[in-house]
Formats: sequence, C-alpha cells, structure tokens
Amino acid sequence: MSTYSVSDASAAAGQAAADVSPGWLEKLRSGGYGVGLAAAVPWLAFGASCLYWEDLGDWSRTHGLAIAAFGIAALALLGTIGADFLGSAGVALRRRAPWLVALGSFLTVWEVATAKFGWLPLPFFPPPQAILEVYTDDMPKLFDSVIASVKLQLGGYIIGAAIGFLTGVSIGWSQKVGYWVHPILRFIGPLPATAWLPFAFFTFPSSWSASTFLIALATGFPVTVLTWSGVASVPNAYYDVARTLGAKPSFLVLKVAIPAALPHVFVGLFMGLGASFAVLVVAEMIGVKAGLGWYLQWAQGWAAYANMYAALIVMSLLCSGAITLLFKTRDRLLVWQKGVVKW
Amino acid sequence: MVAAALHEAIAYPAVGAALDIEHVNHAFDIDGVVLPVLEDVSLAIEPGEFVALLGPSGCGKSTLLRLVAGLEKPRSGVLREDDIRITGPHPSRVVVFQDPTLFPWRSVWDNVALGLEAQGILKSQRQRVDAAIDLVGLSAFRKAYPHQLSGGMAQRVALARALVNDPKVLILDEPLGKLDSLTRITMQAEIVSLWQRKGFTTLLVTHDAEEALFLANRVIVLSDRPARVKADIRVDRPYPRHRGDPYLADLRRQILGLLGLDATW
Repeated sequence: MSTYSVSDASAAAGQAAADVSPGWLEKLRSGGYGVGLAAAVPWLAFGASCLYWEDLGDWSRTHGLAIAAFGIAALALLGTIGADFLGSAGVALRRRAPWLVALGSFLTVWEVATAKFGWLPLPFFPPPQAILEVYTDDMPKLFDSVIASVKLQLGGYIIGAAIGFLTGVSIGWSQKVGYWVHPILRFIGPLPATAWLPFAFFTFPSSWSASTFLIALATGFPVTVLTWSGVASVPNAYYDVARTLGAKPSFLVLKVAIPAALPHVFVGLFMGLGASFAVLVVAEMIGVKAGLGWYLQWAQGWAAYANMYAALIVMSLLCSGAITLLFKTRDRLLVWQKGVVKW
Repeated sequence: MVAAALHEAIAYPAVGAALDIEHVNHAFDIDGVVLPVLEDVSLAIEPGEFVALLGPSGCGKSTLLRLVAGLEKPRSGVLREDDIRITGPHPSRVVVFQDPTLFPWRSVWDNVALGLEAQGILKSQRQRVDAAIDLVGLSAFRKAYPHQLSGGMAQRVALARALVNDPKVLILDEPLGKLDSLTRITMQAEIVSLWQRKGFTTLLVTHDAEEALFLANRVIVLSDRPARVKADIRVDRPYPRHRGDPYLADLRRQILGLLGLDATW
C-alpha cells in the first residue's frame, strides 16, 4: 500500500468497489501498469516474429532467440504486477520499463528488416539471431580476446597513470623538475600516441610490450598535465595554514597538495582512459595477435560481420564498465565535493 | 600508560608568550619595484596580552602578522618569541586567517586534527581534538564537510583548529571580517572568553576600531604604507565590555582621528 501514487489514491477514493478488489486489479483500472504491460508487447512481438515467420537465410539460433524474447516479456509482465513485492528491484524495473519498450521495439524492427524482408543488405547487417549465434558458438575465442584486451589495457593504463601522476606532482611541486620536464612534455605530449606505432613496434621486444608502452603514453600525458595543473592551483593559503600548524614538506605534498589536486587528477584519468581505448584497439588491429581489436579485424577479414558486431557490443560494455568503475572510485574518494558530473 | 596519564594531568600550561618585534623593516618586490611595507616597527608584547593592530586597508598589518607567524622573514630587524628568535612557522604561534581556509576534503574533525597530525602526535592525543571542537560548540558537526557549514561555523572550526595546538600566541588576521554583523558580535564575545580562559597572547589585525576596542587591552595604530607605529593605546577597561561605554567611544574618536577620519565624527 505504501507505494501508491497520488493518482492511484484518488482513483481508489472515487470507486467504492476499489476497497474490495485486489490491489493489482485496481491498478490495472487506474492505468498504473501501463508502461510495464507495454514493455511486454514488443518483446512478445519480437519473439513471435522469430518463431512463426520464416527466415530468409539459414540461422540456427532463431528459436533460441524467440524463447529469450518470451522470457523477457514474461519477466516484464511479472515484474510489473509483482513490483510491489519485489522491493527496490521492482522500483528499478518500473523505472526502466520505457527503455524495455524501446529496446523491444528496436529489436523487432531489426529482426523484421534483416531476417524477414532483407531490406538491409547481407552480410553487412546480420539479424539479431546471427549475433546470438556468435555468443553461443564462438564464446571461447571471444572470451580469450576479452582477457587479452583487459590485460593489455590494464597493464598499460596503470603504468601510464602512475607515471603520469608522479610526474605531474613533481612538476607541480618542484620548479627544477618543471624546468626540465615541461619542455619535453610540450614537445612530445600533443603527439597522438598512435604516431609512435612504427617506432614502438621495432624498438620493443614484443608487440605486447610495444602496445603497453603506447597505452601508457596515451594515458600518461593527460594524467600528467591535469595532475600538474591540480597541484599548481592549490591555494597558497592551504600551505600557510599547514605550515603554521607544524607541517613538514612531506606533509605538504602528501596531505595538502595531492588531496587538493585529486579532482583534477580524476579528470586526467578519465581523459587518459578514453585516449588509451583508442590506442588499444589500433595496436591490436595492427600488431598484437590477440584481443578484441584483433578479433574485429579478423572478423572483417572473413566477412563475419555478425562476429564484428558481437565484439563491438562486448567492447562497448567493457569501455563503459571501465568508466563507471573510475567514476565510482572518484565518487568514493571525493565525497567532499559538490556537484561532480554523474555517469 | 602512567606516562600518558601524567601527561594529561599536566594539561599543557597554556601561558602566553612574550613577543618582541625590534626595528623590523620589510618590503615587497613587485616587477622589480621595491615596495616598502613596514618601516622600523618595534613592539614589545607582554605574555597574555591582547593586542589589536589597527590601520588603513593595505598598510602592511597582515604582513606584520605573517612575520610573527614565521611565514616570511623580515628584510631587517628581529622578531622574538620568549627571547627565541623566530625563524619559521611553529605550532606555538597559530594563525586564524580572514578566510577559514578549511581543507574541503577533510571533515570538521579531520580539519581540527590537522595540527596534531602534522606534528605526528594525533594518535595519542585524539581527545584534544574532541575537546577543541566542544570548545567552539560544534560537537554535532564533527563529521560534516566544510561545504555544509555556514561562514560563522567554518570560522569557528578554524578557531578550533588553531586552539587544539594550545598555542602560546594566537594570531588573528581579520578573522571576523567576512562574517555577518550578528555572528560577528557573538564571536567577538567568544574570542574574549577563550582568551581569558586559556591565557594565550593574542595578536589581532582589524580595520574596525570598535572591534579592536571591544576585544583588546592594547591597540596599536599603524600608519599608511609603509606601516609605522603611530600610537600605542592602552584600553584599561574590564571585561565584558559594553559597546556603548563612553570611555571606549572617546578612545574610538581618538583613534579615528589618528587614522585621518576625524571629520566624520
């Protein structure tokens, strides 16, 4: 009873019968289930189109896809009616119901336009069941590619971020370091990391170490510059306060300069993450014989476009996940900040 | 354990220090032009005195405070705390600035703990932080972050952050300058009562003659830049003082006259 909206309450007050009818029936009358029920419709349509309409081509996962679609439709239905009993999961489901409608509709249109009418040319635009087939049949190779990409990305990113952070703090703190490092940074930093590709691939012993270097480079530049600007923009008053309270130089760096610079550092880490994704994919396409970039290249070479889309979806989930993780970390560390960008 | 208990029992003799400022000159280089800010300033301040430095805006009174705090070194002349030459900052001389300058990433408690942490004695002295927060009446806000505080509360935290070190000299650089007038009146009374309880020497910079007379037992009037000591006025009135006191009103007229503002009175 506690989750009733005002309109539900007024609808209930208007009808004496509402008092005796069960909650779900009452809600059905007042239209409270509208979006949730609407969410089930496109998914049912999607499933039905898979099941009862002959495919133009020969795809083996059409029936499996239909079952999955019906499953989602059932979940939407159950979730809508049972939302009051599902607690926070029910609330979350209800909030996302409009997206379920949109996604179901999109998949139905995609299914019909590719597998049923062939409006979009094959093999460039495969139907959803072809992509599902990649996930079920080519999982081991895709999984290995994900592992390879994550390892490469993580190694390069952590090295680049650590070096960038230390360099940034040093330049921001010490004029002498700044004198020597700043010109180098200005000269080399703006160069896209991918421009180093030829150099990296013949200088480093393996394509893996070369790629790590390039990813670290792409990450390091924005992290360095923003950490530096963060440290340089710490108000002198903070140092004055700390010094009069008995702080030594190490305290000024670790407990004043670095925490004060952290919001800037996170902007650098975010920019570095974006730059490093680009380098990762290029490096994998050109030199490294593993990873999602390599998988994309390989899929294209065999005209296996379904594999390409499947890899793209995985890649976007990974990149988005990495950024979510970064923002979550930032929100934890910077709870003291107001009005930070939400992701 | 016994040593720690004994340590606590002694309770930090918070007796003010004497300050000697002898023939101090100071100047700034601004784009190669030397700008003198202090000219032969000499002052002898007794332990536990409450001295207000009053002067026109930009006359160099804050610079004098920075020299006393040890944040800058004078071009010439000597500053001493209890006959020991001041060569750098020391937690026995703590400054409360015009802006609270709390560290926004630290909670109220962590801000107040800053001095003890910097000196590496926080672990054994945590109760001093609690005591200082209680002293300024912010016990309920220990976990709050600076952006959640009002201007007056933030300045109270800054005061607690200074007092937790049991300073011998409390240096106040227009600490109430940016507060609204009601908060200001309350905090003036609080500062007096803290000073009376703790007995530290207080050096207050202000450009408000009324504030100086309400708080201090000695008012030093400085000239326009470069600052020289223009007058050294004893305010021989008991506390708590009354703003309407004719004696203080008379002194105020005198001081404003020294600052060249007598035409308005």
